[in-house]
Amino acid sequence: MSTSYKQVINDGLWHNNPGIVQLLGLCPLLAVSGTFINALGLGVATILVLIGSNVAVSMIRHSVRDELRIPIFVMIIAAFVTVIELSMNAFWHELYNVLGIFIPLIVTNCIIIARAESFAAKNNVGASLVDGAAQGIGFTLVLLTVGSMREIIGQGTLFSQAHLMFGPSFANSTLVIIDDYRGFLLAVLPPGAFLCMGLIIALKKFIDSRFAAKTATLNLSAKTQST
Amino acid sequence: MMNLHTPSSPHFHANNSISQVMFTVIAALSPGIAVYIYFFGSGLLIQMLLGILTAITCETLILLARKKPVWPFISDGSAVLTAILLALSIPPSSPWWIIVLGTSFAIVFVKHLYGGLGYNIFNPAMAGYAMLIISFPKEITGWFNIQANSTSLSLSEYLGLIFTESKSSDTISQATPLDHFKTQIGLEQPASTIFTDTNLYSGLGAYGFEWIGLAFALGGVWLVYKKIMSWHIPLSLLISLVLISLVFYAWDNNNYASPLFHLFSGATLLGAFFIATDPVSACSTLRGKIIYGSCIGVLIFIIRNWGGYPDAIAFAVLIMNMCAPTIDYYTRPGAQTP
Repeated sequence: MSTSYKQVINDGLWHNNPGIVQLLGLCPLLAVSGTFINALGLGVATILVLIGSNVAVSMIRHSVRDELRIPIFVMIIAAFVTVIELSMNAFWHELYNVLGIFIPLIVTNCIIIARAESFAAKNNVGASLVDGAAQGIGFTLVLLTVGSMREIIGQGTLFSQAHLMFGPSFANSTLVIIDDYRGFLLAVLPPGAFLCMGLIIALKKFIDSRFAAKTATLNLSAKTQST
Repeated sequence: MMNLHTPSSPHFHANNSISQVMFTVIAALSPGIAVYIYFFGSGLLIQMLLGILTAITCETLILLARKKPVWPFISDGSAVLTAILLALSIPPSSPWWIIVLGTSFAIVFVKHLYGGLGYNIFNPAMAGYAMLIISFPKEITGWFNIQANSTSLSLSEYLGLIFTESKSSDTISQATPLDHFKTQIGLEQPASTIFTDTNLYSGLGAYGFEWIGLAFALGGVWLVYKKIMSWHIPLSLLISLVLISLVFYAWDNNNYASPLFHLFSGATLLGAFFIATDPVSACSTLRGKIIYGSCIGVLIFIIRNWGGYPDAIAFAVLIMNMCAPTIDYYTRPGAQTP
């Protein structure tokens, strides 16, 4: 099957974005997006697992029997999640403690099995690698947007606790967006994550409809000129 | 997929337009508002003014953004009613941004993002209040100290509190009677001494609130008499609340407050007549209204006694708002019981 890389990337980042179009992986997305750094940690872990599982599934796609493919895909994904989980525990121990159960839970994230099943099992290794990266980055961008919105509205800061990810030299890198802020608990609590997601999805639809209207008028004017 | 379709029964008798209904409801609120101002001072007026201005501004902006005609929707009075109900729910001395934030959330998010008047699942005023109490529990629960202030605050004191937040801990930072009762029960005080210890309470329930509640009930009964709303929701709500609190009071009157206390403190009567009866978010079938009202009554008792937030009206109404379409589906006239 020939799918152009450009289309794969466009799909992952925008047209078929796992976070705001397919609405997959909502549980970690809503639970861990309290701050920018938490969102980044989960996003990076998801990208790595997604690339690994897509490449591995694509490599063995011709030698897997159809009846057995789901358990085999799940085991491949579980293996990659275990690798990521143990590495995070070793190198980003504090961040690992903050993210807690949501790192091992990546194994149940439907984005990963969905990409394995619908893309990697039908395409070559190169395309699968690009697809894994594009879908992972698309998911991470949504995570980061929700994370920044909730952190700015909820606490008035951005990049707080950056040392969890980048080491102690970043301990003072917290940007205070709003001085002397009282905090807005709604954004910190789970309902705030739902509200932010709703707003982002609405914004995406708005941009799409604007874009569609523009191309429609362009086509129309092109047609009237040619006649 | 099961289609939970809300039956479009004629909610209002006769040929009342929406704006006539809304302004009759606002007129029916006025005795309660007058008594409230008599007991707690003019803070409420400032809050109502701020709320109404915010509501009209937000409504205009969002109608323009949605490319809808502005004047027909503004003049229906529903946004004004939302603002008044929200102003009645918060302490009269809370800072200005509380009512502004709450009203804009109610109008923009709860009402218009769900499709505007007639499409909102949740009661806008109560969803706005729930947002405020979740986000700013401290500002929303501080009631001024009746013991320290024998008379209610003056207009200038209120202006200071609302716009500059010049709080002295003596004038504010007192819990509402419902809050106080719950804390004291938690400290294992017997109910009888809680009531005689402070002047927060009076004969029927909480100081001041009993008369405010009675005035709201008066307005509500007038609305029922004028056939603006039916008696089903308020009556079933009050009966179920009285029955369940009577059972617990009779069982253990040291740990549970009397039915009268439940009836005459907090926003029980305001809620029963003016909040639970919101025609958009409540049930519309007759049997459904009775189920809806009684469930709210029971939920109010449960949340007041074992819940984490002080007054329970908002959460009880919001929970039942979610159930209203399902109740309507199974109670519509001629429905087959599955």
